[in-house]
Amino acid sequence: MSKHHDELVEKSPRQSASGESGFSRRGFLRTTGATTSAIGTTALLTEDEAIAAQGAGMGPGAVPITLNINGKDQKLTVEPRVTLLDACRNNLDLTGAKRVCDRGTCGACTMIMNGKVVYACTVLAIDAQGKKIQTIEGLAAEGKYHPISQAFVNQDAQQCGYCTPGFVMASKGFLDRNPNPTEEQVLKGLGGNLCRCGTYMGVRKAVLEASKVMKGGKNA
Amino acid sequence: MPNYSWPPMSTRAVMGKSPKRQDGLEKASGRAKYNSDLNKPGMLFTALLHSPYAHARVRSIDTSAAEKLQGVTAVRVMAAAGAEVNWQSQEVAVVAATSEAVARDAVRLIKVDWEVLPHMVKEDDLGKVGNRAKPAGEQVTGDPDKAFKEADVVLDGSYGMPVLTHCCLEPHGQVVEWKGDVVNFWPSTQTVSNVGGDLAKNLELPATQVKVHQDHVGGGFGSKFAADRWGIEGARLSKASGGRPVKVFLDRAAELNIAGNRPSAYAKIKIAAKKDGTITAWDSVSWATGGMGGGGMPPIPYVYTNIPNKRLNHTAVATNGGPLRAWRAPNHPQASYLTCSALEDLAAKLGMDPMVLFAKNVQYAAEARRETYLYQLKKAAELSEWSKLWHRRGDSGSGPVKRGLGIGICTWQGAGHASNCKATIHSDGSVEVELGSQDLGTGTRTIIGQVAAETLGLPLEAVKVKIGDNSYPVSGSSGGSTTVGGVSSSTRIATVNVLEKLFEKVAPSLNSTADKLEARGGKIQVKGDATKSLTWAAACKKLGVQSISDNGTNDQRNPRGLNTAGVAGIQVADVSVDVETGVVKMNRMVAVQDCGLIVNPKLAESQVLGACIMSVCGALMEERVMDAMTGRVLNPEMEFYKLAGIADIGNIVVHMDIREENDKRGIVGLGEPPTVGGVAAIANAVANAIGVRVPSVPLTPDRVLAALEEKRS
Repeated sequence: MSKHHDELVEKSPRQSASGESGFSRRGFLRTTGATTSAIGTTALLTEDEAIAAQGAGMGPGAVPITLNINGKDQKLTVEPRVTLLDACRNNLDLTGAKRVCDRGTCGACTMIMNGKVVYACTVLAIDAQGKKIQTIEGLAAEGKYHPISQAFVNQDAQQCGYCTPGFVMASKGFLDRNPNPTEEQVLKGLGGNLCRCGTYMGVRKAVLEASKVMKGGKNA
Repeated sequence: MPNYSWPPMSTRAVMGKSPKRQDGLEKASGRAKYNSDLNKPGMLFTALLHSPYAHARVRSIDTSAAEKLQGVTAVRVMAAAGAEVNWQSQEVAVVAATSEAVARDAVRLIKVDWEVLPHMVKEDDLGKVGNRAKPAGEQVTGDPDKAFKEADVVLDGSYGMPVLTHCCLEPHGQVVEWKGDVVNFWPSTQTVSNVGGDLAKNLELPATQVKVHQDHVGGGFGSKFAADRWGIEGARLSKASGGRPVKVFLDRAAELNIAGNRPSAYAKIKIAAKKDGTITAWDSVSWATGGMGGGGMPPIPYVYTNIPNKRLNHTAVATNGGPLRAWRAPNHPQASYLTCSALEDLAAKLGMDPMVLFAKNVQYAAEARRETYLYQLKKAAELSEWSKLWHRRGDSGSGPVKRGLGIGICTWQGAGHASNCKATIHSDGSVEVELGSQDLGTGTRTIIGQVAAETLGLPLEAVKVKIGDNSYPVSGSSGGSTTVGGVSSSTRIATVNVLEKLFEKVAPSLNSTADKLEARGGKIQVKGDATKSLTWAAACKKLGVQSISDNGTNDQRNPRGLNTAGVAGIQVADVSVDVETGVVKMNRMVAVQDCGLIVNPKLAESQVLGACIMSVCGALMEERVMDAMTGRVLNPEMEFYKLAGIADIGNIVVHMDIREENDKRGIVGLGEPPTVGGVAAIANAVANAIGVRVPSVPLTPDRVLAALEEKRS
């Protein structure tokens, strides 16, 4: 029994689509995208974005987009298939949100979009345009720390720390809606995030501590 | 000869206290940069082509279309024509490109002509593994046949535990840059001092040419010691791409498929005993797999190693799955689960309280640990309200929700790995300690700082701890629960040594000699005469323009009493099982942990809490599910490779056995021992609750219901 591996991959809709429609789409972008990619302000990968915009790869080419992140408009050029998470991590060096499951299960990439908690790995960057996005980097000014982050440290609610930014953002979204939660509510509200080191006992205490501190009006 | 001994418990000012972890705010604010977060200028991304088959041979591979794709800078073939792959997802080729998307597109353009070969991926039934069985020789102690003939009662049980994967949240990988004759390596590793040597060997470079740096690591659990095949190829991709940095981090499916796993363990166990519960003989037929190398025998009978009559037969089963790697206390959770399950079943058969049976047979444990186990069983019974809540197996009332309690037991070695530390005091009073170590989230950074601060009589904030770089003195890998023992001992010795040098410098101005000085409360003073003192800053000023430094080594052959090996632990699980739905709910876990000298009680407790939670995952949820037909892993993602969430763990009660007599043993190590007994405790609690043994974990509703059905019929 033998099989060509490419039998498996040639069925990929993305590839066959690119063969038919990709050319003209890329041709279009070559004229519009290449110029805008040079505008990229804080973008890290302008040179590579330029290559992408010229039609590298097999999907529809990169497009210029604007994302409102932590109160600031950020211009970047990404392919339509790029997630909000990858755009933040790879193009804007906002790496607090982590890519762990990449399938909307673990919550390590949690951000807040228009006031709602989202898994940034399941939001396309192009769909996040026009929305107010908050990442963990936007929680506190440089040199300062948000009371939720502080509570996680006080309660030792982290070990390796890779899930922690996601937990902190999920806690923020949760406390915004439930400023005075019971422990039972915390267990439900934080159910969308996973930790491998096993820090949940600390997380429970940290969220309750943060709710008390934030009500005290010290910081929000 | 300076006195390196730990200061007495009662006089410690920084050690034994629980300052917050030093990198906590950096991590909890998202500002900590893990190596998977790096965005180096000009950095390339990669994608791997994995084998779609569990066993196959590459007839030919054509990468030309991938190489031509715009944005691709280099392609490396990892399984060339003629090569055999032995597990699904094994690496076949890797592409470097200007974006992740382009790299993935390029991988799709690689053409492989496969010759598919027969595979075998299931080992749960030893009778069906055919020539994949590699039996080890039989081991016999005493006269088991006679003992079984003379036994009052014989227990006959079957138990099984599947392959688990580490599922580190930060996947395995690295950013690597091979420029000229230097390789810069930013891995996710448990061994900063040694991983560069592994890479260098594979690249045939002198080890001196590999620079390693890592500030944080997002979980390892035993699986991150190597430079890894993809790290080595990453370096070659960098070289082939003109020295541009290359990022190679596995996607989640690859992380679960190829980055290591914990071997399974299955056993048919017979125990002979007297009516009073004294065990007289053990007979086990066990088998395990962790990929093509099979799986070794867990150390059974666990803890009760001196049972006088034993017959042990073990078979390693070669399966077409990703290869095993060390997993937090290698083979101990399996051994504890197999042994404690059989002991609990024996107690049930005898109508005995398992607390009594576990205690009665403690005569078979290592002599040094017997008293500790007896103490711990008592303590665990007290904290779990055993006398109130325990009942005979199955005697759990008439409602659909049944409550039960069960015991698990552990032992581990620990002590300190080989470690070197350099401590420096500058004339402005600042202090730094350097070690080529790593902080896995266990709090290593904080603990090193506490030891140095304690020795120098300074507050923790006064010490700058520098770890995570292979230019620092060589320190061991973080494995075997030996890091805190190793780094604390080398830091203690280095800081005592450098302090001696400072004493010599300042003694004349205090009209004293170095041997009469001590460092306490931010001062250098004459022992017993606090009126003759200098502040730390004033003392360091005496150094003039010179800084002073000295080294410390933890020599494993002579750890100077700073660390020792050997711990014991007992865990008790309290569960409720709904016999209509099969759902197991955790009420409480009690962990009584023997621990030697504890540098930071809060961080130590976090280790035990985390270990208990990991046990809940292993007992109730985790399982790598293989498909016999296709040879594929069916759940290489986190939706169906289940981990416990915040609401799944019940309450956890930790009792750290911090006592003067334990403290005198020095540091022992705690990362692994508390991960050992939890699965056994939960499995036993479920058996106690529902009145029947569920023959294998994880205790998912379908397995619980099947066991109940079997009992009824």
